Amino acid sequence: MSLYMRQRREGPEGGPGARRAVVDFGTPTLELTTRRLSSRIGVRSLTVTLVMAAIAVMIVIAMMAIGDFPLTIPDVLAALAGTGDEFHRVIVIEWRLPIALAALVFGALLGLGGAIFQSLTRNPLGSPDIIGFDAGSFTAVLVTMLVFGTRNYWTVATAAIVGGIVVAAVVYLLAFRGGIQGFRLIIVGIGVAAMLGSVNSYLITRANLQDAIAVGFWSAGTLSRTSWSNLVPAMLLAAVVVLGSALLASGLRQLELGDDGARAHGVALNRDRLLLMVLGVMTTAIVTAAAGPIGFIALAAPQLARRVAGTAGVGLASSAAMGALLLSAAHAIAVLSAMWFLPIPVGLVTVCIGGTYFIILLIREARRHL
Amino acid sequence: MTPAPTPAAHVHAGADAPVRVEDATIAYDTRVISEHLSVAVPERSFTAIIGPNACGKSTLLRTISRILAPSSGRVVLDGADVQSYGAKEVARRMGLLPPTSLAPDGIRVADLVARGRFPHQGLFRQWSAQDRDAVAAALEATGTTELSGRLVDELSGGQRQRVWVAMLLAQQTPIMLLDEPTTFLDIAHQYELLELFRRLHAQGRTVVAVLHDLNQAARYASTLIVMKDGQVVATGTPAEVFTAGLIEEVFGLRCLVVPDPVTGTPAVFPLAPEDPPAEAGALADDSQEY
Repeated sequence: MSLYMRQRREGPEGGPGARRAVVDFGTPTLELTTRRLSSRIGVRSLTVTLVMAAIAVMIVIAMMAIGDFPLTIPDVLAALAGTGDEFHRVIVIEWRLPIALAALVFGALLGLGGAIFQSLTRNPLGSPDIIGFDAGSFTAVLVTMLVFGTRNYWTVATAAIVGGIVVAAVVYLLAFRGGIQGFRLIIVGIGVAAMLGSVNSYLITRANLQDAIAVGFWSAGTLSRTSWSNLVPAMLLAAVVVLGSALLASGLRQLELGDDGARAHGVALNRDRLLLMVLGVMTTAIVTAAAGPIGFIALAAPQLARRVAGTAGVGLASSAAMGALLLSAAHAIAVLSAMWFLPIPVGLVTVCIGGTYFIILLIREARRHL
Repeated sequence: MTPAPTPAAHVHAGADAPVRVEDATIAYDTRVISEHLSVAVPERSFTAIIGPNACGKSTLLRTISRILAPSSGRVVLDGADVQSYGAKEVARRMGLLPPTSLAPDGIRVADLVARGRFPHQGLFRQWSAQDRDAVAAALEATGTTELSGRLVDELSGGQRQRVWVAMLLAQQTPIMLLDEPTTFLDIAHQYELLELFRRLHAQGRTVVAVLHDLNQAARYASTLIVMKDGQVVATGTPAEVFTAGLIEEVFGLRCLVVPDPVTGTPAVFPLAPEDPPAEAGALADDSQEY
């Protein structure tokens, strides 16, 4: 196994014995070559991704110390390591760890889903929370819970995935005019999302009071009711999505070159695009089924990650890390607010911060296209 | 800048042609572009496809490159139906330079060129020594080595087109399809690219290009495919194909065809409506009619 580090502007005749061809990628690049495996990754995007993930982990660990029963961070770490006070272990592992993991995993899923759709639509607005897939999943969740009266995670998650895919198909067909153009898809999606929003409100007003209150909190998007019983199935589904995305990542990268370019490079365009859409819908559906709709992470994470990590196009891993960081930060704001002020759901935090970002983005896109 | 005269390879445009279109009907949904189209690209030729706008040139190229499937008939690549190959297998034999391509935001030149390696890569083999050699050679051949670390967004139009050609070269295909490679470039950059294609052709590649400029096609191509209304109306060497009569028939333009003063290949000069008929040949004393 050999590792090459290339610095910026290293000449082609760099050093003795430089018989190999050298390619200057303009940024430090790490090349990994073994007999079976070879890859190339930008040092900056790798570092930034790892740092973002590490900060996200530190945030959620710190938040595990805060709550009705305050702990110290050493208490939390001891409980996580399986040592320390029995009661502390119950609080940390049974109650607070699922929420902490949810902040990381759900954030990463939302960032990943946003990156997939923004790559597919080649537009920074093409994110599942904007173009209605989120709302479609939530409608299906409401119908399942209010009409069929079940809260079983698998049932709710399946409904959320089906709802998201149905809405994706509807938006796609409505926006189709001899091909799909990203901006039209987004405008149609925003319209469909608004309509579904009113359907969702109607469903809640028709429910009995007890259900309506429970679902009403849910509709704001909250991590606080995450427990192991719904986290474990969510994480199993998340593993499927991550694996699928890893398999399709190289094809998605070629898709950024345009449809003809991707096809000419041997991308099975229709198959890959369909699979990627299903995976992208699954990311938000998994989160919506467990925590309700959490908006704007999917929208903001890929673009923020692109700027920080300096990747070409939208990177899947860096977007996922940024998503985890954003949701962890929103979770921290929600937890601290609950401690000092009053409890607010995490979805409200992401909407308030992300909404501002969305307005700026919408104005810029509209200037470019209208 | 004197392109070496290339042998008339079109003579054996038969069964051994690397690319053959057989009785293909090509349509977008219900709009039929070409019906019962048959044409062959000779081995190791520099084939230029010419014809008026909307005559089906680009559509033919998209059909050959498997982007568009013919509704009947077939495209034969290296002796087998192109649809029978895996998608990546086709992309290792035949590369396409589309008329417009999208560069992802914030991508640098070498990274973009490296994307041409996709058909050679797999899940675990994502960046091997061969990939690095191919990218370095492609940058070298297109004179973009010094640009390799630059952002693609910052390049001029001519530089950017050379980078797209480098991406195609990195694909290392024996057959290269070029859809209007010189459009939107100033004249010096046009000839710079054409010289590059001529060198690639001389190294043994089969080059198929949709070209707009008839004189460029006559200078650089060994074989011409002339199209009109979705049909092939003539094939052959430029000397055989370019006659004033054919050009008037295909493009509706009266013109004078004389030897190119630089290369001796046919050169086309349009006549103004009030000019005497093309037969006059009085514009150049020593002109000989093709």
